[in-house]
Amino acid sequence: MSEETVAASGSTPNDMTGFVADWSSDQRAFKNVPWGKAMMWIFLLSDTFIFSCFLLSYMNVRMSTTVPWPNPSEVFALEAFGTPVPLLLIAIMTFILISSSGTMAMAVRFGYQKNRRVTTMLLIVTALFGMSFVGMQAFEWTKLIVEEGVRPWSNPMGAPQFGSVFFMVTGFHGFHVSVGVLFLFIVARKVWRGDFDTQKRGFFTSRKGNYEVVETMGLYWHFVDLVWVFIFAFFYLW
Amino acid sequence: MSDAHVEGQQHPISIYFKVWILLFVLSAGSYMVDYLALQGYLRWSLILTFMLLKAGFIVAIFMHMVWERRALLYAIMLPPIAILVFVTLMTFEGDLTFFTRGVTFAAQTFQAVMH
Repeated sequence: MSEETVAASGSTPNDMTGFVADWSSDQRAFKNVPWGKAMMWIFLLSDTFIFSCFLLSYMNVRMSTTVPWPNPSEVFALEAFGTPVPLLLIAIMTFILISSSGTMAMAVRFGYQKNRRVTTMLLIVTALFGMSFVGMQAFEWTKLIVEEGVRPWSNPMGAPQFGSVFFMVTGFHGFHVSVGVLFLFIVARKVWRGDFDTQKRGFFTSRKGNYEVVETMGLYWHFVDLVWVFIFAFFYLW
Repeated sequence: MSDAHVEGQQHPISIYFKVWILLFVLSAGSYMVDYLALQGYLRWSLILTFMLLKAGFIVAIFMHMVWERRALLYAIMLPPIAILVFVTLMTFEGDLTFFTRGVTFAAQTFQAVMH
């Protein structure tokens, strides 16, 4: 740990001693963490529990059903060049979401460098990746509902719980992505207009923002990607 | 905040590219598990390994957790341990439901076939 980092982050070192000192200092516990970022982390923690409950109930119904579970590898296969490729669309969606995470991470960095042009561009690219993800999900849902006849209460492939779990988990995740896209556009507009340089007050909060807002936005977006990692592993690959 | 202080989380752009590529490789790896139709413990362990590595890199680098103070790190990373306890509980519960269904439904099917 370098001397500068210690100096920049308060008086205590960043080890167990510092951890205890931060929490017992009778002051703010999260030193040098902007309140918006701390609150976003706490929100994400609560969201972690929500998604965990979904995945847990999925695990529980899948373990307890006596009817065979539909094979996701076959259900989500797509025809490509005349042969069915397993999970083709899901794989593309995964790579798109990872790419959007990459552009988001770089937007945060260029934001702190006050490079408004590049930051705006990267935020919009991230939002477009997010929109294409939701678009593919809409395609996947349509295919499953119209062609495969999957319903939340039944499906022709096997255990009826498959449909309810699928719509619940991917629907909730898709909703998160959609909200993220909306906020990405809002933050991109603020960066483009220079709100964080001119200390313009926010429309909704009436607070002055700065480029930490981009990082907080990034935390949310990376979390959406993080949740997809678990959905991909547990729902599609298992 | 003084002007001399470096604002926020600023790290070399190369580290983001490296993690990005790594996430691509790990995703391709987990996709290959399904494409090659690996089964059994090999499948489970590979899927979980790729998943945890991906999640770890996203949280550590993209969400900057390695550069945060421990006060925040522990406040966010320790509570999810409760989820593991929940998983354990629900595993027992799921097994019990499966067992009960097996006993009940098997008896019903047997009677239906006999009549």
